[in-house]
Amino acid sequence: MLKSLLSQLQTIWTILQHSFTPFETVQYPEQRPYLAPRYRGRIVLTKDPDGEERCVACNLCAVACPVDCIALQQGVKEDGRWYPEFFRINFSRCIMCGMCEEACPTNAIQLTPDFEMCEYDRQNMVYEKEHLQIEGTGKYHTYNFYRTCGLQIAGKDKGEARNEAAPIDVKSLLP
Amino acid sequence: MSETGLSEMGTIGFGLLVLLAAVGGAAFLTWFERRLLGIWQDRPGPNRLGPFGVFQVLADMLKLLTKDDWVPPFADKVVFVFAPATIVVAMMLGFAVVPFSSELYILDVNIGLLFFLGMTSLAVYSVLLGGLASNNKYALLGGLRSAAQMVSYEVFMGLSLMGVVMLSGSFSLQDIVRAQQDLWFCFSQILGLYVFIIAGIAESHRLPFDLPEAEHELTAGFHTEYGGMKFAMFMLGEYLGLILISCMITTLFFGGWLGPDFLPGVVWFLLKTGFFICFFILLRAAIPRPRYDQLMSLGWKYMLPLTLINLAGTGAIALWMQGG
Repeated sequence: MLKSLLSQLQTIWTILQHSFTPFETVQYPEQRPYLAPRYRGRIVLTKDPDGEERCVACNLCAVACPVDCIALQQGVKEDGRWYPEFFRINFSRCIMCGMCEEACPTNAIQLTPDFEMCEYDRQNMVYEKEHLQIEGTGKYHTYNFYRTCGLQIAGKDKGEARNEAAPIDVKSLLP
Repeated sequence: MSETGLSEMGTIGFGLLVLLAAVGGAAFLTWFERRLLGIWQDRPGPNRLGPFGVFQVLADMLKLLTKDDWVPPFADKVVFVFAPATIVVAMMLGFAVVPFSSELYILDVNIGLLFFLGMTSLAVYSVLLGGLASNNKYALLGGLRSAAQMVSYEVFMGLSLMGVVMLSGSFSLQDIVRAQQDLWFCFSQILGLYVFIIAGIAESHRLPFDLPEAEHELTAGFHTEYGGMKFAMFMLGEYLGLILISCMITTLFFGGWLGPDFLPGVVWFLLKTGFFICFFILLRAAIPRPRYDQLMSLGWKYMLPLTLINLAGTGAIALWMQGG
């Protein structure tokens, strides 16, 4: 009895000391927490340093997506580049897991440190390509898929890519 | 009934003022308690509306007033509506005997203390009937617990005050305060004070003795089925009970309005009462709720013997002082 009474008095004293400890709470709209650049928030589609779309509509993000919130249709431009004819993310389904970003071979789809995307109408949570596409390069400032890969497009022949050797003529025996 | 310090009209006006102040104070406390609990839990609490968030009270009131006043179809309608009113009426009647200062009081009867005890006991009907009328398992369990809790804590709540009555020789609260001119009863009646505080919390069923409510086990206990203004009535009753118990601790053990002369008596009274309200909120922040059987064994095995020892001791000393 006496022991438990002392223990309770001690508890009261400990709590009383908390009158002088600062708050843990962040006063959100006025005082915002620091979100790391790699924070997984709203999804964007980036462009490469030359200002061209990075997305090649390979559908890997849509496959990787555990909640199937990404839908897109591939198209081919006249210069030979692949691009998404439409690119749709249903953010009411999206769980911000970042699997699409990991799956993306061209660093096109990226997650950003922004989570303030509330809507009154559920339909407004469906983002089309024009809502997703940004002008910048996102987290990867120098990467340019078509300058790195071997695919032939207008203005860049085979063997002209960065770190790429000239193609071998398989029909010739010369060394 | 002894002579009142105010004229008849003055008494009526003062009574209305006290009622308004009590209800306003209870409403204010809903905010104040959350702020204070927040500070002790390292968070600010409601701080958005108005200065320091004090208009949260208005927002809450507006919400409760505009809610659907719903009576569940399976409930006993008359009792269901009657129950929340009881606690408020009983607690408000309790304020009638509180001596705010030597002149400021509504009623000074020679059974003032008994009247207070009676009124707080009536409040149990509210909880019990609310639990019964809801026709809900959780509510019934809550009502059951409250009945058992009240019955056991009522016993030594009354007995713990008998030491005070013995020393002052009166049930009139005015006389009890006057008897503390030389020494407050918190020193001579320390055991009584201890028991009375614990019984007082149990009586107003606040944490840590809120077993009738116990939201972890019984959803919301006796007021599971209540919403809107009827729920607000229970809350109002609880906060009124808190203020009333604090007033009573001040009056019975801490010299009521007595204090150094540079402040008027009523200010001293309110300061002391405010201190005890803060203390009760601190208890809520610090101490976890006991199990039901622990509550019962604390009551009957420790509190009751302690009270009886205090009673016998006080009686013996009072007799010895008289004889010597």
